[in-house]
Amino acid sequence: MGRKLLTEHINVEGIDTFEVYRKHGGYRSVEKALKTMSPDEVVEEVKKSGLRGRGGAGFPTGMKWSFLAKPEGVPRYLVCNADESEPGTFKDRQLMSKLPHLLIEGMITSSYALGANTSYIYIRGELLYVLRILEKAIAEAYANGFLGKNILGSGYDLDLHVHPGGGAYICGEETALLESLEGKRGNPRNKPPFPAMQGLYARPTVVNNVESIAAVPVIVNEGGDEYAKIGVGRSTGTKLISACGHLNKPGIYEIELGLPVEEFIYSDEYCGGIWKGRELKAVVAGGSSVPILPKELILKTAAGENRLMTYESLSDGGFVTGTMLGSGGFIAMDETTCIVRNTWNFSRFYHHESCGQCSPCREGTGWMEKVLHRLEHGHGHMEDIDLLVSVAKQIEGNTICPLGEAAAWPVAAAVRHFRHEFEWHVTHAKEAAQPGAVYRPSAVLV
Amino acid sequence: MAKITFDGVEVEVPDGTTILNAARQIGGSIVPPAMCYYTPLKGSGGKCRACLVRVAAGSAKDPRPMPKLVASCVTPVQDGMVVENTTSEQVLNVRKGIVEMLLINHPLDCPVCDQAGECDLQNFAFEHGVSTTRYQEERRTFEKIDIGPLIQLHMTRCILCYRCVYTANQITDNRVHGVLGRGDAAEIGTYIENIIDNDFSGNVIDVCPVGALTDKTFRFKSRVWFTKPVNAHRDCPKCSGNVVLWYKGKEVLRTTARKDQYGEVKEWICNECRFEKKETSDWTIEGPAHIDRSSVISANHYELPVLNQSVIADLPESTQRELAQNPPLKLGS
Repeated sequence: MGRKLLTEHINVEGIDTFEVYRKHGGYRSVEKALKTMSPDEVVEEVKKSGLRGRGGAGFPTGMKWSFLAKPEGVPRYLVCNADESEPGTFKDRQLMSKLPHLLIEGMITSSYALGANTSYIYIRGELLYVLRILEKAIAEAYANGFLGKNILGSGYDLDLHVHPGGGAYICGEETALLESLEGKRGNPRNKPPFPAMQGLYARPTVVNNVESIAAVPVIVNEGGDEYAKIGVGRSTGTKLISACGHLNKPGIYEIELGLPVEEFIYSDEYCGGIWKGRELKAVVAGGSSVPILPKELILKTAAGENRLMTYESLSDGGFVTGTMLGSGGFIAMDETTCIVRNTWNFSRFYHHESCGQCSPCREGTGWMEKVLHRLEHGHGHMEDIDLLVSVAKQIEGNTICPLGEAAAWPVAAAVRHFRHEFEWHVTHAKEAAQPGAVYRPSAVLV
Repeated sequence: MAKITFDGVEVEVPDGTTILNAARQIGGSIVPPAMCYYTPLKGSGGKCRACLVRVAAGSAKDPRPMPKLVASCVTPVQDGMVVENTTSEQVLNVRKGIVEMLLINHPLDCPVCDQAGECDLQNFAFEHGVSTTRYQEERRTFEKIDIGPLIQLHMTRCILCYRCVYTANQITDNRVHGVLGRGDAAEIGTYIENIIDNDFSGNVIDVCPVGALTDKTFRFKSRVWFTKPVNAHRDCPKCSGNVVLWYKGKEVLRTTARKDQYGEVKEWICNECRFEKKETSDWTIEGPAHIDRSSVISANHYELPVLNQSVIADLPESTQRELAQNPPLKLGS
């Protein structure tokens, strides 16, 4: 059984109230940081911990913090990215609704480390009920002197605000989030300048995922070195994985990084295997935007080693035979899943969510969706398969923000690993267009 | 100052200059095309991705290449930067892809579009695109909206460069139009239905790179290559009064602001100059406006070619004599 650092007390009755949370050791990190540590020491601990951004990109959090520009007399901001809307990812919602004080504690400690006196939690518009939970918790933190002026007599002031978005996926991109927070249309900005130089209101800003910030109290309490002992290599600590799809026990699991994927899927402690006794067909390991992998490649790397739940192991083999840990949205698909239909569904999402600012993404996402729709509904041609790859390639890397890549990768990967299914949709168009139709290896012989 | 190498040509520019502007200082065919960037408009650029270039070396300090192609219009130069544009196969291929993306939902109604002949998208597609399409789906359409008696909006032609939004933001006090919707359903519109009505609203026509915003007073009157541009000015209390009048015969068909070689407006003009003063007597005529030789507008031999001496030397003697007696008139500025 792996250690639970974030979710240890998640099922304690009333843990969302200040008293109960405090009784279970809450806000210790704030006391420790504000009373005994300098901001730079907190940053140093986070650096030592090796914590990597939990929002998807996996950039080391401590390093991100140290890039923050600190000009004299200019306010700095910490913004928590709670705009979790990647299909398949639902870890932050659970963390915030069950343990609102953990996030607030993390925000206070992190803001102290960065020298921010105003911080924001930008929350996805659909999560209004979570917003209310957070607001209640923030009010409690103010009432108990953990927010506001002169926190715990240390002379450090912090105001924390929760801001709901309008429900756009693109506002999870950090610069689009900042635009939205400023009250503008949520279009990603051109980089450079990066938020660490000119972020919110053109001030130095750090944007971190909910889970990254929630890990900071643990790191401060236990020490960065202690945290770094968990995990494998450069993937340290624990990670929330939101497992969904055709699993016996879908849900949110806190795992120690380094857990074998096979154990995660099949062990009773975690997902408990594939439902209805069926076979696993494919896995999208880190939210809908990462490349899909067939069963053989998700359980073992191309070199035949066991695939582990770490940033490095999952990306072993690059995009040819690997994928990414991403945000931890683990989607398992059994043998009855039609990969073409699934790819079309993902593509439809990105088409809908593209902001429309830069041309490759605006036009390309719609184009891919239409071609996939055609293939799925039995009107495709063989050329369409290469067309998809070509369009995905035209988008990838040529857009302002990573949404272009997020739209292109799943399509390119699906064709890469499941080309035979796409071809079957052309050769057996009539059959494939039936509702629930799915390619089976024997079907080729028919 | 920063020294950069652009397609093998070295140029020195002030710090903070964008790669595109550095390339424009070199000039010629190596300048990346720009569909959304517009020098007079702050914040514009980075959207169309037509100007993507490859940075082969980031700077003298850190000579690593940049991992992705960068938009040259918004990326500032670094000392020692090495940039590849026309010398990079990758850049040219990506540009082909960008043309394709911009055209898949474009109606290609050039035969009835007033912008044809002076359209950035037309030029861009002609220079960098391919002549076939792989797109077989239905093209995107929008519900027509009326934005007033002076400006015609054709949303289907729009490439969402945002120039008109920046223009309204930066040179008028009251912007009533903007981008509504998201993704490929994003459109220029007013919320709630409104007309664009202020003294400088007409400038959105000049900044539009395509035929999405055109002059209603010029609508369907003539193809631009049948009209002749003439520089003129008048004493205008609102603007500089420096314009180009487009004549067909003795009639002024339309008035536009003066543009530089990259199609960028030099001085904004007011709606009175643009839409109301359509008589020659309203204006002081300065002379023919310069039109680029490659432009279709100069196809009616408006500006005669200037032959250089080496070419003349190769001509038959009789022709040389004739040329000496009747030298070709060089018109324009």
